[in-house]
Amino acid sequence: MTQVSMTVNGKPVSADAEGRTLLVDFLRNQLRLTGTHVGCDTSQCGACVVHVNGQAVKACTMFAAEAEGAEVRTIEGMANDDGSLGVIQQAFQDHHGLQCGFCTPGMVMSAAALLRDNPKPSEAEIREYLEGNICRCTGYHNIIKSILAASGQEVAIAAE
Amino acid sequence: MSVGKPLPHDAAALHVTGAARYVDDIPTPADTLHLAFGLSSVARGSIREMDLAKVRSHPGVVAVLTAKDLPHANDVSPSVHDEPLLSDGAIHYKGQPIFCVAATSHLAARHAARRGQIDYDQIAPILTIDQALDADSRFEKGPLIWTKGDVEPAISAAPHQLSGSIEMGGQEHFYLEGQAALALPQEGGDMVVHASTQHPTEIQHKVAEALGVPMHAVRVETRRMGGGFGGKESQGNALAVATAIVAAQTGRPCKMRYDRDDDMIITGKRHDFRISYTVGFDDTGRITGVDFTQYARCGWAQDLSLPVADRAMLHADNAYDLPTCRITSHRLKTNTQSATAFRGFGGPQGMLGIERVMDDIARKLGKDPLDVRRVNYYAAMETKAEPGRGKRFGGTYSPKPAQTSNLTPYGMAVEDFILHEMTDALASSADYSARKAAIAQWNAENPVLKRGIALTPVKFGISFTLSHLNQAGALVHVYQDGSIHLNHGGTEMGQGLFQKVAQVAAARFGVSPETVKITATDTGKVPNTSATAASSGSDLNGMAVANACDTIRDRIASCVAEVQDVAAQDVLFDNGEVIAGNARLSFADAAMLAYTHRVSLSATGFYKTPDLAWDRIKGTGRPFFYFAQGAAVTEVVIDTLTGENRILRTDILHDAGASLNPALDIGQIEGGYVQGAGWLTTEELVWDDEGTLRTHAPSTYKIPACSDRPDVFNVSLWDAPNPAQTIYRSKAVGEPPFMLGMSAFFALADAASACGPHDPALMAPATAEAVLAAVTRAKG
Ligand code: FES
Ligand code: FES
Repeated sequence: MTQVSMTVNGKPVSADAEGRTLLVDFLRNQLRLTGTHVGCDTSQCGACVVHVNGQAVKACTMFAAEAEGAEVRTIEGMANDDGSLGVIQQAFQDHHGLQCGFCTPGMVMSAAALLRDNPKPSEAEIREYLEGNICRCTGYHNIIKSILAASGQEVAIAAE
Repeated sequence: MSVGKPLPHDAAALHVTGAARYVDDIPTPADTLHLAFGLSSVARGSIREMDLAKVRSHPGVVAVLTAKDLPHANDVSPSVHDEPLLSDGAIHYKGQPIFCVAATSHLAARHAARRGQIDYDQIAPILTIDQALDADSRFEKGPLIWTKGDVEPAISAAPHQLSGSIEMGGQEHFYLEGQAALALPQEGGDMVVHASTQHPTEIQHKVAEALGVPMHAVRVETRRMGGGFGGKESQGNALAVATAIVAAQTGRPCKMRYDRDDDMIITGKRHDFRISYTVGFDDTGRITGVDFTQYARCGWAQDLSLPVADRAMLHADNAYDLPTCRITSHRLKTNTQSATAFRGFGGPQGMLGIERVMDDIARKLGKDPLDVRRVNYYAAMETKAEPGRGKRFGGTYSPKPAQTSNLTPYGMAVEDFILHEMTDALASSADYSARKAAIAQWNAENPVLKRGIALTPVKFGISFTLSHLNQAGALVHVYQDGSIHLNHGGTEMGQGLFQKVAQVAAARFGVSPETVKITATDTGKVPNTSATAASSGSDLNGMAVANACDTIRDRIASCVAEVQDVAAQDVLFDNGEVIAGNARLSFADAAMLAYTHRVSLSATGFYKTPDLAWDRIKGTGRPFFYFAQGAAVTEVVIDTLTGENRILRTDILHDAGASLNPALDIGQIEGGYVQGAGWLTTEELVWDDEGTLRTHAPSTYKIPACSDRPDVFNVSLWDAPNPAQTIYRSKAVGEPPFMLGMSAFFALADAASACGPHDPALMAPATAEAVLAAVTRAKG
């Protein structure tokens, strides 16, 4: 066991973890931030995406100890300071970008990383960027719509 | 009114903030144990010797259980007690749980579970359909056979005949949240189980059996699942039972979640099928008779295989009136995972058979497959004659000469067939004919890439075919502040059931949906529920909830009516108000008034689907309340040198009746289509000769990704009320759109057909490899 310290969603945290503890398990078990999900354990599904020093990272591919001293952001840190939903979160709600919701935190985190680097992505760029995020429910259509809407681009009415 | 509004999913705000809790997210006491199964490494045989010393000595291990440590029933089958939780000595498939480890952490349990030393006496496994047929390894005594008319003469007398066969693979559910359960021991031997399940009552039943207690001692709660798709109808029993047994024995909370590999190796999948056929037809392509033989690979235990195979038979006609027909169904027992429920429940497999027949007929006659499909459609829904309005002879309401019987192969009259109009509307909005011609032109000019297009219909029967399952219960409370607590037997797996039913409750009370609190499915609140399956969730639970709400509403109305001195039936509930004569009360004030007048503000509701009668052995009766329908056009392009392919455009028109929530219904249609297309294209399950599932992770099993979705994707609802008396005349929408994915498969076959004059005989899934093989066959 070693002490691992990092900043998570703006708050300094530290907890004991084994050297082999994955970042995703550290967040979920030690810090009880269970919004970061485990969908595959093998770095394919993207349900565990968080930001480490601003980069989108699959938290199941990284040891907690590797994030020592890092700035980590999880889905729990994505709302506005007043507690209202962030732009991307709101867009996923408004444009029905979720069904079972299990992939949603990873989708939102990936979308945030994309929009930071590319504020007005094309539909093709969104698809390519989300290649590492699996959704079994939605067929992706509304997820893409949500991200387009979050970037301030035109989307057809969700459903009428 | 709240019904019909495109409101977001009830938990959308929780999902986008990460606050929505799944089983693995529920805070657990510090002494919680974690479980893992030790699995068999052979597919068939028996255990000669088992040494678990290294498992027991592994750091963190608290308990290790084998079959003989189980106090009561060693069974997790949902049907016939043929599925031991832990092997009783016999091994039926590779990946079968043999022992169970409880340890202080998930990782310790998994590590320890790998350390068992087991020697087996092996027997050659039965893995394939042919091996099972050779060994006569099957469920039920022999094949089930249904017939309509005299099929052989009808086929042989027809101007044309053809025969063929199609293989179709199974499908892994890949619910993004794996199977999970948490058992919390209570005083006096009671048990509370949180399970990721579509069927809390079944979990309660199996846990009670395993603990040797009455069902009242077990309470099961399910707030949500991270996807189910049928995979959580019975496949979660093992985890729930294991956690409950260890919790009872150790007195400590127990949690179990399968890692993805374990999940794919242990749990059942969609049944793979072979369907062979002989058909007779005339020059227009109209079928005179068809003889189907369906072979279902069911795996090692019966599970839900009989009703799945029945539903495949029930959908052997899809949208087509078959004047004569025979359907023979073999339910084969193999040494593989026990195939189970999966969205469509056998329906997709049955339909793929008849759709292949349509394609074959069209090829043989040199016709557009859509024309062949249309000529075989059931007759359109008749306008019901109203007394005194019909002309005497030859008028609109006079009986038409029966061109077709409009009876399904199982003798049910098809009275609500709307696919003629839907097909016309879709073919026109998708510009089918012009695109078909343009594609032929394009193919003539392009030697390497070829395009294809197909329009396929879906007619899916709604109701559980085990008729007694078509019942539901609800429990509704109105509190004195006017807030409403809603509970019913349906479970939420992402399909939006909770929101749709809450919209119904809000509409009954004339309040806004925010007034209604949606609560977790709980066997302590509504007992004896059916699985949330067969697309029946909102039909059944919506009605049960409406009945409960109406009981309370009528009580409030009587109370307000008495106080205001008006008739109870004149009291209106609208827009958050209760209006009685000149008096307008807020709903909250009305609730308070009723409370102070000592009126009960709590009620149960119950519903059972009417008019069902079904004999599954004879194959006759009325198994369905109504049919949900839809149609899709898909255009694809293939690379004839590699078999690689893409979906270019999809247009869908789907019938959700008068939709309770069009946004959620469209979401089901989009997701269902993509999942159905995945089944028939990229999702390939591979077992080797030893019975090892080689595709047990997303690295080798390819479910559709974001880039696999069609470039152009137009989805519309056919918004017409259901003629059957369902809740607000809506229609079930969970499963039917899955089968719209067939249009992708037949578009690929169409593209392969463009490569040469021969039958491409495309097999499912149409992976790049399968497409390449089809191209090669077409070239001859
Ligand atoms: S759990 Fe990390 S990518 Fe799937
Ligand atoms: S919403 Fe269920 S996996 Fe994406």
